[in-house]
Amino acid sequence: MTGKPKIALYWCSSCGGCEESVIDLAEDLLTVTAAVDIVFWPVALDFKYKDVVAMNDGEITATLINGAIRMGEQEHMAKMLRKKSRLVIAHGSCAHLGGVVGLANFYRREDLLSRLYQEVPTINNPQGILPQLETIESGRKVKLPDFHDTVKTLDQVVEVDYTIPGCPPTPELIKEAMMMVLEDRLPPRGSVLAEKKALCDTCPRRDSKPDKLRITEFKRVYETEWDPEKCFLAEGIICLGPATRGGCNARCINANMPCRGCFGPTDDVRDQGAKSSSFLASIIDVTDKEALKKIVDAIPDPGGLFYRYGLASSILKGKMTRGRS
Amino acid sequence: MKGFEPKIIGFLCNWCSYEGADAAGRARKAYPANLRVLRVMCSGRVDPQFILEAFKEGADGVMILGCHPGDCHYKEGNLQTLKRYYVLKRVLSTLGIEEDRLRLDWISAGEGDKFVQVVSEMTERMRQLGPLPR
Ligand code: SF4
Ligand code: SF4
Ligand code: FES
Repeated sequence: MTGKPKIALYWCSSCGGCEESVIDLAEDLLTVTAAVDIVFWPVALDFKYKDVVAMNDGEITATLINGAIRMGEQEHMAKMLRKKSRLVIAHGSCAHLGGVVGLANFYRREDLLSRLYQEVPTINNPQGILPQLETIESGRKVKLPDFHDTVKTLDQVVEVDYTIPGCPPTPELIKEAMMMVLEDRLPPRGSVLAEKKALCDTCPRRDSKPDKLRITEFKRVYETEWDPEKCFLAEGIICLGPATRGGCNARCINANMPCRGCFGPTDDVRDQGAKSSSFLASIIDVTDKEALKKIVDAIPDPGGLFYRYGLASSILKGKMTRGRS
Repeated sequence: MKGFEPKIIGFLCNWCSYEGADAAGRARKAYPANLRVLRVMCSGRVDPQFILEAFKEGADGVMILGCHPGDCHYKEGNLQTLKRYYVLKRVLSTLGIEEDRLRLDWISAGEGDKFVQVVSEMTERMRQLGPLPR
């Protein structure tokens, strides 16, 4: 056993993109792995649950957990890893804010299950069986984790020390977070390890962003051609850069797509959707009620737009009628 | 819904609408006791986060009352509110909150009667809608 710091990585309710973002460290992954012992990483290494359970409390220097918490098993693992780790780092939008999987909070648990197991055209389930907590398989009782009513962020389940934002985070941010841990130069506990300011501040198109934005019509990307050098908002295309934390190297903008807010809001904002919607409202240059209603009604899927990543972390955490956990 | 008394949070701007409520009070006009008033300096101060917080904490309805357009003491705070209100209503409906549960109105310092009327209408509408499911 070496004296190297121990690192664990785990995934909960996520798409796998955050795991990929670690692999995207490429050669830097070798630098990191040379400096640490990875003691648990189910997606890549063959350590078992029992290996971690056998460790002392606080023995792991830092655990990166990606994904939101939807299943009982995920909550259990998060709590177990919390006990074993000195630092727990929320890795990516789903752990941070609920992410895209958090959009499930727009629906009731029952509706999700019946849709998935009984209604979609590709399902073959003539008896209409829904997932059970226990079942008998070849004479043996098999237990399955429960499926909660509500998708939760990691910090709604365990204490989180730091957050690496993004869907997924950039390899640069992951590397920098690891170096901060290794070199013992972490900022105050609770920090989100990215920029403090909004994305516009570091956006390559910021010079074309007018000081006072005035919009009388929102255009969708498939309806219009736009100048690939100019600020999206100046072109009438909704971009959430002004209400989103910077630090992603303006990835989407550089790919000529507007920001959708995956880095979450800045430190002073509690509800990303409320903030984004309020910012967007403020740049509408119409106050005549009829005209205003027309512009606002043309905003496509406002819930999915403003809460694409932040629904589970929002004040209401989802649709009011979704049921309780 | 029998015996249901809606809870309504009202954000009233200091300069016009709060005065309007005061005028109703001075004239000893009766209005439903369902309204809990929070005084803000301007309707433009009402961050949408406050509204979500009110719904989360138990409000069945939320009202924002401000100065008439042109009368805002901070020039166009109320117009910002108007725009935010329209956008927020759409967001609220995606969150399972009927649009009528949020109401914006302009009430000047002299409009005690209008204040009573608006609060009564809102209370009646919330009675029809019933408690916000949570
Ligand atoms: S609004 Fe979007 S495109 Fe414009 S400066 Fe901000 S991030 Fe860049
Ligand atoms: S531009 Fe916006 S949506 Fe795209 S990676 Fe950056 S923060 Fe995320
Ligand atoms: S001061 Fe009354 S709405 Fe602005």
